[in-house]
Amino acid sequence: MPKALQMIPDKCTSCLMCEMACSLENEGLFNPAKSRIKVFEFEHGRTSVPYTCTQCDEAWCVHACPTKAIVINKATGAKEVIDDKCVGCKVCTMACPYGTVNYNSATGKVIKCDLCSGEPKCAEACPTGAIVYVEQEAAL
Amino acid sequence: MTWQRKVLRVNLTAGTCNTEPLNMDWAQAYLGERGLATKYLWEGMNPDTDAMGPGNMLIFATGPLTGTMASTSGRFAVVTKGPLTNAIACSNSGGKFGASLKFAGYDLLILEGKSPTPVYLHIVDDEVSLLAADDLWGKTVWETDAAIQQKHQDPQLKIAAIGVAGEQGVRYACVVNDLHRAAGRSGVGAVMGSKNLKAVAVHGTKGVGVDDMPRFMNVVKKTWKKLEEDPGRKQLTELGTNAMIDTMQAFGGLPTRNFQQVQFEGTDNINPEAMETPNARGHTNLITNKACFGCTIACGRIAHIDQNHFTIVNRKEYWHASGGLEYETAYAFGPVCGVDDIDALTFAGFLMNEHGMDPISFGVTLAAAMELYEKGIITDTDTDGVKLNFGNAEALTVMAEKTGKAEGFGRELGLGAKRLCEKYGHPELAMVVKGQEFAGYDSRALPGMGLGYATSNRGACHLKHDVFTEDMQDQSAAGKAEPCKTSQDAIATIDSTGLCLFTSGSWDLSDYAEQLDAACEGHWTTERLEQTGERIWNLERQFNLEAGLSKADDTLPPRLLNEPAPSGTAKGRVCELDTMLSEYYALRGWDSNGIPTEQTLQRLNLQPPA
Repeated sequence: MPKALQMIPDKCTSCLMCEMACSLENEGLFNPAKSRIKVFEFEHGRTSVPYTCTQCDEAWCVHACPTKAIVINKATGAKEVIDDKCVGCKVCTMACPYGTVNYNSATGKVIKCDLCSGEPKCAEACPTGAIVYVEQEAAL
Repeated sequence: MTWQRKVLRVNLTAGTCNTEPLNMDWAQAYLGERGLATKYLWEGMNPDTDAMGPGNMLIFATGPLTGTMASTSGRFAVVTKGPLTNAIACSNSGGKFGASLKFAGYDLLILEGKSPTPVYLHIVDDEVSLLAADDLWGKTVWETDAAIQQKHQDPQLKIAAIGVAGEQGVRYACVVNDLHRAAGRSGVGAVMGSKNLKAVAVHGTKGVGVDDMPRFMNVVKKTWKKLEEDPGRKQLTELGTNAMIDTMQAFGGLPTRNFQQVQFEGTDNINPEAMETPNARGHTNLITNKACFGCTIACGRIAHIDQNHFTIVNRKEYWHASGGLEYETAYAFGPVCGVDDIDALTFAGFLMNEHGMDPISFGVTLAAAMELYEKGIITDTDTDGVKLNFGNAEALTVMAEKTGKAEGFGRELGLGAKRLCEKYGHPELAMVVKGQEFAGYDSRALPGMGLGYATSNRGACHLKHDVFTEDMQDQSAAGKAEPCKTSQDAIATIDSTGLCLFTSGSWDLSDYAEQLDAACEGHWTTERLEQTGERIWNLERQFNLEAGLSKADDTLPPRLLNEPAPSGTAKGRVCELDTMLSEYYALRGWDSNGIPTEQTLQRLNLQPPA
């Protein structure tokens, strides 16, 4: 069974290292605005919650895409965007019930978490263990 | 890379927003943040200008490492001439605002002139506009933050704002960003208010790169690890800065009741343990710890007030969580005012953030008023009927709110301790240097800190020098000038990198040098950083001398020089400033009047004033 990203909000300090590591991996520079993972803050920082694609079994984005630009990585279970096929129609961003597929206006394509081919950089960068990459059973 | 190489210059009088290339010669000589903004200030305005007049400049400055994965990279500085001190003001803040300004593509935001009507500055990358803030004027920081985000339907806007205190010229009004982080000291918020500027809201999406990314990330991994393994860092994460209250209490360096004593019997009620322990009703003050942008320390506290506490029992709007007690706030509302009610302290802290005021200056000003009251110099008719006795928790919270709203006796408290005490004919009761109130370290117990306070370019401040370890080991004045100077220079550099001073307990200058060298253009070594810090310190000094300050301002209040500490390890001691000061001037390469000699200026590539 593939591994999954587990988020533990109680441990999140909202430092945004995950967002920086994600943007570094995907964009080559530190840019939280282009991160595939987002930290949401509530009540003056009382709660902060890292949030990204759950790689859900239903895979609405995959089914919605008219150009078959989103494919399932057999090894990791991640739903990955094939840039060459993506035409930027944004149907997947509407199909996703979790709001974790986003349109990048700079490239005209969508971006979403691809689990960094099985070595998610957000989990690696998290200094408090609020994001961990674990066997799916352990995450349940 | 690293520097965005762009300055956003806003003329509030003309209503214009223009960009210009960053002066890279200056960046190479002054790094960023504190140092670089000081250089722009020095070149851009006459230091003799009225701090509250349109001729003053207000600069928001990021550093070369702001917005990177170097730990604690969320820092920015607000540099201007301070209305509390009439000296250079340099206030540093964390949160997420600074990184967002950098991500929008700017190293510096320079604000000049004065807008004819209230405005706020809205920045989304290259789209910059001054927008009307008539409907925001009179609102609190928290209301302003929510209103701007809602208006633009943009929760990613990071906002730095002033409250009514800044609008009304409270001398120690601050700029609050991200609801409860602040460029806290010297009245930088009052300068913003004097310019009719309510807020700066920024959403940056361009990102930040570095010169040699693989090398940079290798160094970052190493410096992260150093922080992770350091027990001092661990204490900051677990207990927050308020752990210092127990240290200072035990040592006898905890200023109490306007510095009449140096130990406070109530610390057990307001220390980190008290924050974590449920009260009789089962309420626990502390909720969790939180980090600023890019920080692996996370010293920030998030707390809430017992809903049954007299301060908020009928005020549901304060039943939420917000920034909790850190040491300086706990000290300035607690010991120095003689109050040991943790909920009252926390509430007063909320009010400081909500209304935009520096808790240190407010607390020490209130303490001066309390001493004036107890000595019968001011009475109930002055204080709107509030009993200003030391220890009165209600007086603390009522006066915090009155000052934040510039109402009644709060207007007097908004003058700061120096002006308040002068007004009532007792300047000696103001616990200030250059008009700025002391932080929570008593100069009689910690003489090196005393020298640092006396010579700090922004007035009394605990964050511009670090002689703490030396003072704890040896309480004599001998040999303190050297560590004072060295730490002042090192901190001036660290304050200019974009990183937080709280890394300095775990890193030495070579760690900063290595990170800068990998990230930035130019060859950065420890020696170069030492000299850069010394250059910054001397330029700040030059600014102050030109602003009219002199050797006479490098002093401490008579209480610390003449009244011996009544208890603790320093019992019987006063601060022997004079001997330290002449040694310090000599070490600095200044003449006996504290003026940098020609050789010193030449060595640091500084010009004598025209």
